[in-house]
Order: sequence, then C-alpha cells, then structure tokens
Amino acid sequence: METNAISRRNFLRVSGLAGTALCLGFYFPANAKKEELISTTDQSGFDFNAWIRIDTNGKVTLTDHRAEMGQGSYQSVPQIIAEELEVDLKDINVIFAQGNPTKFGSQITGGSSTIRGSYKKLLKLSATAREMLITAAANQWSVPANDCYAESGHVIHKPSGKKLNYGELVTDASKLTAPAEVKLKEISKYKLIRKPLARMDTPMKTNGEVIFGLDKKLPGMLYAVVERNPRLRGKLKSFDSSATLKVLGVKQVFKVQMFVFNTTRDGVVVIADSTWAAMQGRKALRVEWDDTGFEHVNTAGIYKAHEELLKKQEGLSFKKQGEPSQILEKAGKKIDVIYQTPYQMHAAMEPLNCVAHYQKDKIEIWGPIQAPDWVQGDISTKFKLPKESVIVNMTFLGGGFGRKAFLDYTQEAVEISKQIAAPVQVVWSREDDITQGPYRAGISYRGEGSIENGEISALKFKMAGQNIDHWNTTKRDKPNDSTTEGFLKPYFDSIKNISFADVPYEMPLPNMWWRSVYASTNGFAYESFMNEMAALAGQDQLDFRRKYLKDERCQQLIDKMEAVSGWKNRKKNEGYGVAITECFETTVGQVVKVSRHADGKVKIDKVWAVMDCGWYVNPDIIKAQVEGSVVMGLGAATIHEITFKDGLVEQKNFYDYLMPRMSDIPPVEVYIMENTADAGGVGEPGLPPFAPALTDAIFDLTGKRIRKLPFNLNAV
Amino acid sequence: MITITVNGQQHQVDADPNMPLLWVIRDIIGLTGTKYGCGAAQCGACTVHMNGEAIRSCVTKISRAAGQQIVTIEGLSVDNDHPLQQAWYEMNVPQCGYCQSGQLMSAAVLLRENPHPTDQDIDDAMSGNICRCGTYQRIRAAIHKAADMQREGAKI
Repeated sequence: METNAISRRNFLRVSGLAGTALCLGFYFPANAKKEELISTTDQSGFDFNAWIRIDTNGKVTLTDHRAEMGQGSYQSVPQIIAEELEVDLKDINVIFAQGNPTKFGSQITGGSSTIRGSYKKLLKLSATAREMLITAAANQWSVPANDCYAESGHVIHKPSGKKLNYGELVTDASKLTAPAEVKLKEISKYKLIRKPLARMDTPMKTNGEVIFGLDKKLPGMLYAVVERNPRLRGKLKSFDSSATLKVLGVKQVFKVQMFVFNTTRDGVVVIADSTWAAMQGRKALRVEWDDTGFEHVNTAGIYKAHEELLKKQEGLSFKKQGEPSQILEKAGKKIDVIYQTPYQMHAAMEPLNCVAHYQKDKIEIWGPIQAPDWVQGDISTKFKLPKESVIVNMTFLGGGFGRKAFLDYTQEAVEISKQIAAPVQVVWSREDDITQGPYRAGISYRGEGSIENGEISALKFKMAGQNIDHWNTTKRDKPNDSTTEGFLKPYFDSIKNISFADVPYEMPLPNMWWRSVYASTNGFAYESFMNEMAALAGQDQLDFRRKYLKDERCQQLIDKMEAVSGWKNRKKNEGYGVAITECFETTVGQVVKVSRHADGKVKIDKVWAVMDCGWYVNPDIIKAQVEGSVVMGLGAATIHEITFKDGLVEQKNFYDYLMPRMSDIPPVEVYIMENTADAGGVGEPGLPPFAPALTDAIFDLTGKRIRKLPFNLNAV
Repeated sequence: MITITVNGQQHQVDADPNMPLLWVIRDIIGLTGTKYGCGAAQCGACTVHMNGEAIRSCVTKISRAAGQQIVTIEGLSVDNDHPLQQAWYEMNVPQCGYCQSGQLMSAAVLLRENPHPTDQDIDDAMSGNICRCGTYQRIRAAIHKAADMQREGAKI
C-alpha cells in the first residue's frame, strides 16, 4: 500500500497512483489545523486507512471508525456513507477500524459523539468519491459529467442509458484529482438517511455468529482471571498458590499490577487452559492484602459529608448571573432542598475482557473497546513501543455505557501476555465487574429558589460529589466542568438571577463516566427543582417552563410533549409528571404517567419521550436508544445502587445489584422532532429526564416529593 | 470422556465433570453464541435447550448434560429463519445483542409451549433474561409477531 499525497489548494490532497482499489479517507496530520482528504490506492489486500474502499471487482467496503456497543454505529455510519456514495446497503461489507487517530480523528465512542462528530465529514467524503466515479465514467464515454448520475453502485449515462459499475471505474477514478467542492443532497432527497432501516448487525446477533470480545480466540491462547485487591490503591501482602497449581488446567500464578487512573491495583493472576479452570484455580488461592492507609468509608458517611458541604460551603462558582444569594436572603416565598443520587455501576451484559498478544516488537489486542485510539496511545506509552506497533482491534461490544472507554483492563491484559509470553484472554467475572468499579459517582445537590409575582426571582444550585477530572489532575481549584450539564441552556437567557457552584468532595473511590455522565444525576436535581418551583408558583409545570425556554426548538418540543401525552386534558392529580433535559447537544422531554393499581402499588402506565437531536440518521435506532435509556434510568432510579461498607462495595452480582426485568418496564413511546439543525447525540440524552419526570408524576398522584434516588416504587 | 450432543452433533469431551456446560460449549466445543453474563443463573445470557427445555448452562454441570440433547443458538434454525429470528430482524430488537441468544432460546420454548402468549405469559417466561440495553419492549412485541407468523404457517 502506498499513500502519495499531492498538495492541492490549502487542504485537499489526493494521490494519483495506478492501482486496483480506491480508498478515500480524511487524514489528520498531527500538526495540521485542518483535516485533509486523501485517497490511496493499492495493488492488493486490505487497507484500513479509509472509510470507503472499492475493489475492481465492485466490492464496496465501508469502515465504522467507532465502537458498536448497541447504539448502532455499525448501521448509522454506513447508512450515511451509502447515501452520498450511492450504493445499496445490501451490497456492502462493513468492517471496524483499528485504533488510528491519525487516519480517523477521534474514535472515542462516548459523549454520544459518533454521528454528531463525524457526519458532515462522512457526507462530504462519500459525495467526493461518487463525483470521482462519475467523472471517470464520463471520461470513458467522452460525455459531459452532467449527463451522468450514480445509483446502486453504478454510474449511468442518462441520455443513452449506458452504465458501468463502480468496480469498472475504480482504476480510472483513482487517477483523478478529487474535486475541491462537492454538492451534498438535500434532506428531502435522502433515500437512506432518516429512514427506519433494519440494522445490518441483527442477523449475526440472532444466530450466534457475532464476535464479541469474549468470543475472540487465538491459536495457542491461554485464559486468565485475576483476584484483585478489592480496595483501590490496595497492595498485595502475600499469596499462596499451592492449591491453585493443583487444579487441572492451571498453568501459572503470579502477581500483576493494574493501572487505575494515576494509581495501581495489585492482583494475583491465574493462567489456565480454559476460563473455568482459571476460575477454579482462583477459588483455591490464598491471598493477604495490605490495606494500610486506605480510607474505610461507608455510604451513609459519604452522603452526610455531602450534606455538610452543601450547608456550610459556597463552593467553586461555575456560572453566575445577577445576585441570587442576596435575593434569596430577603425572599418570602422560597424553597431550599437537598437531592441525592446514588453510585451506579455500568454492568454491561458482557463483562470486561481483553485478548492481548505481546510480541517483541509488536503488541496486538482485541476486545470490547470504546476508545481504540486511547488504548493505542496508552499501551504505546506504558510498554514503550511506537504507536504503529500497537494494533488495537475493536470487536462488537456487549454493552459499554462508558466502562469500556477506560484503560485499565486492556493494559492489564498486555502486561499478563508479556509475562507469560503467549496470547491470553483475560476474563472478568460478573463479581469483578461490579466490585471493582469505577462507578458513576453519587452526587448530592442543594437547590434554593424563590418566586415573586409568579416568576422565578432567584435560583441557586450547588453540587457536591466526586469529580472525574480529579483523578488525572492535581488541580483542585476548578469547579466540575459538567456542573450545568443536563440543564437547558435557554434558561440562562431568561432567568436573571441564577448561580451554579461545585463543592469539591475528595474520596478514594474509583469513579468515572456512566451513560449521560453528570447529566444523569444533575438532570434529576435540576428538573425536579423546576417542578418544585412551578408548584411553588402554583403553575402548570410545562406552562412554567415555556416562560423560560423561549428558544423556538424548546417551544416546539413542549408543544409536541403536550400533544402526544394529552397533557392539557389530564385531570387533577391523575399522576402525570414531566422533565426536560439537555446533554450532548440534544434535548429530550419526557412525560410519565403513573397510577395506583388494585394491589395498592403505584405503577408506571406510560412514558412519552420527545427527542430533538437535530439532523439524524435512523429514526428506529433513535427510538430504541430512548426506550433503552428509559429502562436504564428506571433501574438507576428505583431498583439498584452501589453502596460501600468499610471501603468495600456491598453488591456482587445480579442477585444483589438487581436489574429491571421485562415485567418492570412501562410502554415507552418515542417521538423525534423534525428539523435541520446540526446533529446532536442520541445514545445518552434519553436517560436524564426519566427520573425527575417519574418523581414528578408520583408527586402529582400522592403529594409526596421524592428527592433521594433510588427509591422503592413498590413502597410509594 | 463425556459424550454430549450439541445441535445434533456428538462431542467427546475430556473435561472436569464439574465444569459448567457453558464453558464446555464455549471453550472446548468452540460455539461462542452462548454467553457468559453472571455465572449464577441470574441473567439468562447462557440459556440453551436441554431436551427441549430452557436451562441456564452456566450452572449446569457437564456431567448432567451427558447423553442429553443440547441445542444452542447456533442450532435454533438452519438459515436464521425461525419466526423469532425473523421478527427480531424486522423489529430491530437487538442493540448490543449480547443477551439476545439467551432471550431467543427462552422465547423459543415459550412459543413452542404456548403459541398464543399474552403479555403476562411473555413477562413470566422472559423474566429470567436481563437486557441491560433495555430492549424488553421490542422483545415482547417481536414474540407476539413471531406468534402471528407461526400461526400463518411459518416453519418452526
């Protein structure tokens, strides 16, 4: 494979080499300000340097540069490319990119960024390839390119009906200079984008063919499980492996260290010829841990500390308009309440695992990896190999939710492979997954607000809880970056006296992002508080919001919420609740309806969700993401939480970290707003509004405000 | 040596008789469609059929499976044409897909025993299978759809 770039204009580069395949990709030179377009050609073989590859035999291969963890990148990325490239999805092959930020830019599948971070580039890239193929055909036929068009992998000459397939045009197209500008389709002309197409990965996910990380096998591969210190920063004192080594299939036992943030966690690894043998060997281990210096925290203490901080400290100011504190002091009609949200684990159905093969001058890994570019950089640094020698392969992910964007398990697997000088699959048990973290931090909030003449006269929020960023920096003087995440931006245009502050809380419990990150907890506090303010003002919750969310898209979203849920026709205290949150450039409003059933229990009858994510790709995948977000939100609000006792996590498996089951879920109806605004995220923003809408519905039905999550729905 | 029949094919397995069927199927026989999710019969990701009944292979010792007929997701149909597989496709059921082998194997027994399941029947039969992506609503709808297809004569 050769890449030969020729400068053109100030940002476009293309190669003009003879070859058998045309590949187009954006190239991100390390020091360039702007991305550049390159095409590459090769005589044979595969090239991961591009999103699009067309072989001379007509085979079209599209690359998904992001992880597929359920959110649908394996469908939506090709769906975008195929639209402008004019190929049929049934005729293409999709592959995952390896970690390579130089070729693909950011590959972190987080922040709901796959589409919103790539779509403009993908549309242009695909249209460019199409235009080059059209030009190649026009040249062959000696006709004007304007008389030709592309459809289903062919270029067609309109007047004569002549056609050539892309494979026949690749060699000529690869010699052309890419056009500097290409015309993109109008939304109304889309054939694939905005269509609820069936996912291409479903057949393989219903017959056992799909390969998740845990399904990856290599010749000569051994299996490993690790008994890790249950406490972060805990050290190993000693271990006795004599019984373990007698277990059939066990090969080796040794100490291993895993990096967790800027610290380490000691463990003892058992190597065996099957997963089961390794697990049995682990059971027979005798390990003594050294917990000196570890803080023996418990959950009650954490929330007590939060409350003290919120009462006594003003914290670090994140945003302030007007003088809310002064107004609140003098205000007559006001509320001052505390909200609490729990620690949570991701608990993806596929427990963590990684296959690593450490060789002298090369490291290759396979696994359920959300950030192959980060992993490549991390392994390159830790094992002192150039990035090009670290090959990171993404398998399908059996869920991720943020956990698989962390770098501990991949590094540990490479370390183990290095020590045994063989390929190895490190398998985490469900108990490892739940007891090791890192967790979504439980956060507490204090909301203070006052109403004057039916209007918000002051609003003041403070948060207290662990800050993810503090793991990687010694700077403690900045408020949490995500202090206002979840809170709708237009509120700041209309609420004159408002402030947000973060009261830092340090605690040696590993914590990190979890689906929708801080919006998942902020949203509960801020939107619950908006509902409390509406009640204080004696106004309908949606009418109340309308006054402050003057942005046109918000007004339309509220219209839609009212229309689909029958909001205006509801009876008094019938059990309707509402919340609207924004994160990752997408706004979601939800209306929840509850009622008390004959058995005396409150049940959720219905959830209506309206998402405004701007430009979008596949409406059915979006609906599925919101449905799933509601289920995950339901679990986090009413079913499970991670608690600590003496510094140890109390939950171990699905028998004590319970999950929503089919019988627990309400029917969810999802609506998507139609507009042409820039794309927002889809995988996460559906989660935050559920809990505050649910507790608002319960307040409507019962008159009881719930300010602490999780709560037992059966006991309401 | 223990003899087990998986998807109609006999296998001679040299393994600890206490090894769960799950790990035999995955690590020894090499069929990876059956998933490890909890190892404690809590999540249903490892569901397979033993003599036509849904069992949790993560807690079923290989010694118990000896001589029995085991069917895994790979053996649910020849061409991905079981009504459930078709309904799963049409209704975009899977997200990450990790739990779906187990969901399908549980649903297949339900549909064979009860060709006209109600929502309540489905909830009861499927409550042992966790889906962290939250595809339950679609699973329920797809089971109804598969039941309709089955009535209309699709092969099962």
